[in-house]
Amino acid sequence: MAAAKIPKPEELIALRYEPPETPWMETPTVFRPGTWSYTGTPKSLATLGLPNSRAWQPTDEDWKLPENWKQIILEGMAERLEKYRSFRLFMDICVRCGACADKCHFYIGSGDPKNMPVLRAELLRSVYRRYFTQSGKRLGRLVGARDLTIDVLKEWFYYFYQCTECRRCSVFCPYGIDQAEITMMGRELLNLVGCNINWVTEPMANCFRTGNHLGIQPGGVKDMLEFLADDVADRTGVKVDVPLNRKGAEILVVVPSGDYFADPGTYTCMGYLMLLHEIGLDFTFSTYASEGGNFGLFTSHEMIKRLNAKIYAEAKRLGVKWILGGECGHMWRVINQYMDTMNGPADFLEEPVSPITGTRFDNSRSTKMVHIAEFTADLIRNGKLKLDPSRNDAYRVTFHDSCNPARAMGLFEEPRYIINNVCNHFHEMAEDTIREKTLCCGSGAGLGNEENEEMRMRGGMPRAMAVKQVKEKYGVNRLACMCAIDRAALTALMDYWVPGVAVVGVHELLANALVMKGEKERTTDLRGEPLGGMAVDEAL
Amino acid sequence: MPQLEVGGKSYEVDEDGFLQELEKWTRDFAQGYATIEGIEGELTEEHWKLIDYIREYYAQFGIAPMIRKMCKDTGFDLKKIYVLFPSGPAKGACKLAGLSKPTGCV
Repeated sequence: MAAAKIPKPEELIALRYEPPETPWMETPTVFRPGTWSYTGTPKSLATLGLPNSRAWQPTDEDWKLPENWKQIILEGMAERLEKYRSFRLFMDICVRCGACADKCHFYIGSGDPKNMPVLRAELLRSVYRRYFTQSGKRLGRLVGARDLTIDVLKEWFYYFYQCTECRRCSVFCPYGIDQAEITMMGRELLNLVGCNINWVTEPMANCFRTGNHLGIQPGGVKDMLEFLADDVADRTGVKVDVPLNRKGAEILVVVPSGDYFADPGTYTCMGYLMLLHEIGLDFTFSTYASEGGNFGLFTSHEMIKRLNAKIYAEAKRLGVKWILGGECGHMWRVINQYMDTMNGPADFLEEPVSPITGTRFDNSRSTKMVHIAEFTADLIRNGKLKLDPSRNDAYRVTFHDSCNPARAMGLFEEPRYIINNVCNHFHEMAEDTIREKTLCCGSGAGLGNEENEEMRMRGGMPRAMAVKQVKEKYGVNRLACMCAIDRAALTALMDYWVPGVAVVGVHELLANALVMKGEKERTTDLRGEPLGGMAVDEAL
Repeated sequence: MPQLEVGGKSYEVDEDGFLQELEKWTRDFAQGYATIEGIEGELTEEHWKLIDYIREYYAQFGIAPMIRKMCKDTGFDLKKIYVLFPSGPAKGACKLAGLSKPTGCV
């Protein structure tokens, strides 16, 4: 019952990258403690209306599957091959060139060949060949086809919940195969027979109950945001408003719930409150659309749609003009890729225009939802904010491109533009670990739980090594990011691999530097640490 | 669901030992669990101050308090909370107070 003991960093990094002696189809899957996640509880599955809710764990011999589980999976596969052209294409076109093989953070950190994206996809592709291609039906193993057995299903579960759907491998694929979509299909199929993990199902169940992952009810949301507003007043002497569920507001603001509940995200949330107050934006938060995150992305397309619907519904109910979204990661893949077609068109909203600068956000014309980094960068570019970057002089900052804002929406310049305007010491990590080649935190897609910690530290190792490099070279002591999962995951990752580097949000850095009207003399940053260059001097 | 023996009684808990039947919580449960958590002897007034605070917040809002709010309202800083509950505010104090563990981007 106790969490598995995690090896020391020097033990964990001692990898030999030697493949197992047996061919991959004959290498059994071992559910080693520390490398897998607990299964969805019967209660959460029942709340979500997901099939086969029952108590079980992957280490059990009997997974208590429905008698006709194989038929369910194969019919599910047939349906999806028909419905999603990309799925059939990705099953057919891989030539196994291996360009992706060493690009996956889980492969780099574990040395397990089944974490090479090409082989992870092959777990599914081999079954596709056997049942859906002529050559596979006739020639079987000779053409890389294999029967769907219970061991294959267990292997899927282990490896599809060891992929964070970060899509780094896809950047290197000459065919542009989106491995995240293959993992998504693998997980959809597993969900048909009731195989999901609790770090995904419980936040989703909470979302349906209270509007957010953490299960915070409206009174709790109000209490937390007001607590943060009090903290802002303590630090700055400025009383900021926390408008909630206000009909007729111009803009609805949707942020991840981690930002108003858990440190260090709470400092980013204070940053939003200070910024929105300072520019006098006519906005409101919502206790219903109180979550940016959407763990449907890690479950099924149907679940993405069901969970995402509340954002437009709430925008309509409140009568806002458009929506501003916070520093959430995967939420932006859902918004950019799915929201419009799944729950739109949001023709009751207007094309987003900044009421402060008059800038029209053309890229959000269809979704009507703007990323706060774009919004803020535009404010700075138009000279609407008074900033004193010397207030961040204690920090030497590097920036982790969170996978989805980077690879799913190409948001590279805006966060850097903000950081460069609010900090005097910014240092990039190695070129092949940033922007579209950014390395995952190792805990996305629902894998950020404690029981999976060894795998998280393995998966996050490449990112951590890039941070370590800039720490040693430039004395970096702050790792900025734009994702709530990152803020939780990277904090644990730094403690393990690179102690001494704290994790901050971009809007936390902005708020430290933001000169507010009527503020008292600022002597500390948002965390209550004294302003000035002390920490940097100590670091070097 | 796993069962956990605390002070001679059996409780339903999750895989990490968080109580699943919140209504079954008693002060004896917290005291019994303290021993399992490696807290020596009787829980002190300071332990109870934090446990009672967490339970009152939960009764009002249906969720654990933010850690920073917990610190501000009880006057204990994080260091002090770790001294009282070596597993920390969430895995130690909230667990003894009978709350379930938070999930999501945390």
